[in-house]
Amino acid sequence: MKHYADLLIIGAGPAGISAALAAAPSGARIVLLDDNPLPGGQIWRDGPGAHLPRQARTLRQRLDACSNIRIHPATRVIASSGPKQLLVEDPEHGWLISYDKLILCTGARELLLPFPGWTLPGVTGAGGLQALIKGGLPVHGETLVIAGSGPLLLASAASAKQHGAQVLRIAEQASRSAVAGFAAQLPRWPAKLLQSLRLFDLQYRTASHVLGALGSDRLEGVRLQQQGKIVELPCQRLACGFGLIPNIQLGQALDCAIEGQAIAVDAWQACSRADHYAAGECTGFGGSELALVEGAIAGHAAMDERQAAQQLWPRRARWQGFAKALNNAFALDPQLKALAQPDTLVCRCEDVPYAALTEHHDWRSAKLATRCGMGACQGRVCGGAVQHLFGWPAAAPRPPFSPARIETLLCLDEQSAP
Amino acid sequence: MSEGQVADVIVIGAGIIGAACAQALARRGLRVLVLDAGLHGATAAGMGHLLVLDDNPAELALSQYSLQRWRDQAPALPDSCAYRSNGTLWLAANAEEMAVAHGKFLNLRAQGVACQLISASDLRRREPELRQGLEGGLLINGDGILYAPATADWMLQTPNIQQRRARVSELDGNRVRLADGRWLSAAAVVLANGVQAPELCPELPIEPKKGHLLITDRYPGTVTHTLVELGYVTSAHNASGPSTACNIQPRPTGQLFIGASRQFGTSDPQVEGWMLAKMLRRACDYMPGLAQLNGIRAWTGLRAASPDGLPLVGQHPQRQGLWLAVGHEGLGVTTAPGTADLLVAQLFDEPSPLPAQPYLPQRFLGEPVYA
Amino acid sequence: MPELMLDGRHLQVNEGTSVAAALALGGDGCSRTSVTGQRRAPLCGMGICQECRVTIDGRRRLACQTLCRDGMQVETRP
Repeated sequence: MKHYADLLIIGAGPAGISAALAAAPSGARIVLLDDNPLPGGQIWRDGPGAHLPRQARTLRQRLDACSNIRIHPATRVIASSGPKQLLVEDPEHGWLISYDKLILCTGARELLLPFPGWTLPGVTGAGGLQALIKGGLPVHGETLVIAGSGPLLLASAASAKQHGAQVLRIAEQASRSAVAGFAAQLPRWPAKLLQSLRLFDLQYRTASHVLGALGSDRLEGVRLQQQGKIVELPCQRLACGFGLIPNIQLGQALDCAIEGQAIAVDAWQACSRADHYAAGECTGFGGSELALVEGAIAGHAAMDERQAAQQLWPRRARWQGFAKALNNAFALDPQLKALAQPDTLVCRCEDVPYAALTEHHDWRSAKLATRCGMGACQGRVCGGAVQHLFGWPAAAPRPPFSPARIETLLCLDEQSAP
Repeated sequence: MSEGQVADVIVIGAGIIGAACAQALARRGLRVLVLDAGLHGATAAGMGHLLVLDDNPAELALSQYSLQRWRDQAPALPDSCAYRSNGTLWLAANAEEMAVAHGKFLNLRAQGVACQLISASDLRRREPELRQGLEGGLLINGDGILYAPATADWMLQTPNIQQRRARVSELDGNRVRLADGRWLSAAAVVLANGVQAPELCPELPIEPKKGHLLITDRYPGTVTHTLVELGYVTSAHNASGPSTACNIQPRPTGQLFIGASRQFGTSDPQVEGWMLAKMLRRACDYMPGLAQLNGIRAWTGLRAASPDGLPLVGQHPQRQGLWLAVGHEGLGVTTAPGTADLLVAQLFDEPSPLPAQPYLPQRFLGEPVYA
Repeated sequence: MPELMLDGRHLQVNEGTSVAAALALGGDGCSRTSVTGQRRAPLCGMGICQECRVTIDGRRRLACQTLCRDGMQVETRP
């Protein structure tokens, strides 16, 4: 099966939705793919436990109203099958899509660093907990600890409290002065200041990080280093994430230049490869407001509506300031590199412990000897960890870019052989 | 070891062949220096299939001998080598292929290889995932599988072996030049670096034969034996154009390892979608249920192929001090022990454990010019 | 309200509930057994970590990105 799009957009979070809506009036045939069952990305994830902001609902309604935008939910990109053609897969079938222009809005994922006990049921990412709650995960009456780094901790805590959980502690690894310095800048972005005041929590502690998750078959408690002291808290859930990493894999696979671990883009949100654009968290973390304006610029630029794109530059500049302040404040403490013990698993797919990795000098040798990174997550979780712990950069992606049914991979023989 | 020599033997290449040779030499008391450029060749990419292959008597002799050596040393292999003796089940899709199976059965049994013919019904019982309508098969009981990178690593842990990450830029008999310009010498140099060998020895008739592979998520209990189509022998092994053959290996993890493909004339390591799909389609022909399983990784490897499908093992006839252990194509892991034993016997001027003639380099390079 | 089978037990959930959430609503929240025999549960919630791999109607799927449907058969110990 072969489809065609004038404009193919990968990712239906704020950036992708905004890009589609910006490009729609041109009349172009637009296809929007997302790997979740509903559009919205992470921040606007929909589900029984979600409380979508009005803006999200409005934009989704506008999306549905555009007859020239076709949305494919639960769809992943599996391979590049030709110069401007991708193999994609949804739960029922795989097919090829050709395109004229492409916008990557692949977002970001959490940096999950290994620590003792992190594989116990009951431990999730911080954004991970929020995502699971939105999908209907019951947390009413449960005690939980949130840890790691970044504003996401507060957002996750807020979601949990809204659904009846008791948040015992929020352990932010950044120092008090770093966080205060960031908070002092918030008046530059009044909406963000308001948001942070709403999210403020009495249990928030800076200069605090997790030392270990305790329990035998599932999580029973958490040990924290809290401002120089060791604290143990019995709890049922630990939601721990250390900030966000841009999802650049597909960009790399499509030969788009990468800069500073994000997809490199110019003022038009254009990538180094012609006819390819990128917007949102995959170009660098900055929050939904930045993602929205970047997406709109990309949508206009892809349709050669340069004036419309240029008009949005000042708005983008404003939100880029916020992104910069954010990234500076929440830099990770080097102490976090020493959390893993020799027997702490680094690769969760293949159960490879930290000790097995320390004998090796590069990622490739480590992978071959231990099978770390060779499992189903294709090195997305452990790769982030080993990059942080050892400085080993991720390898160039190969197809399949995600686990895919063999039946889907058979579609690749629709390409012509050389 | 003479003065000025860094070791008794320098081995170039830390893949399974270099590692096996180094281990065998070190066990004889020699000090061995293994140099590897860190390029990770066929040993890293391959399927680790240990199989007896009888396309010709020399191939059978070397693979049979080597399989016995693997079985002998299996108890000493650490868990990371994941050695299993799960047998190879050759699949006959029709009466013609079953006749081939029958011929192989007689030949192998005459040579003392444990094997048994499998009827259509027995095939379905043993491997319920195979499609209906196959004619039957041939089970080679003593064949097995192992994880080659870990096995090479284990071999290189033998006392008297030193390893160094280095790229050799030039050869001169028993001397090697490193990329940094330094010359190292030993009593002998063994070239065991597969597809890279012609870079140092352009006269070697070694060509890359590209292969694709795919591994699935875990589906324990799906397949028991390593399944290979008999068409493999006729189509893939001997063809000149790109070809595929069904090869499905059950890993101890419960993952399925799927191969096999062959392409000449390219050393591009990129996965080619059309070739991957062709290979997977062939595998699905034999095992329809495969289509519903998830593939999690695909990659390629380059086999070092020689013109007659047999490796070059022995002295270089023109370059005194240089020994060769290259050109193993798809049988490197299988024949590593036999290769090592052949080489050691020749180096020590001892009786060979099996006839060495068919693998001698002079068959391609000409008669020796020195005594 | 979709009704599904989770490891052989009936479970009814609200429309739009993810299979990952259903694991906790109808069981101990665990999705799979690791290589070394540990039980695991969803970690990242967004289709990256692959810890929530379950078998749904015979196919390996990610629970966090799959919505519960009527008649679904979910297995965490295939």
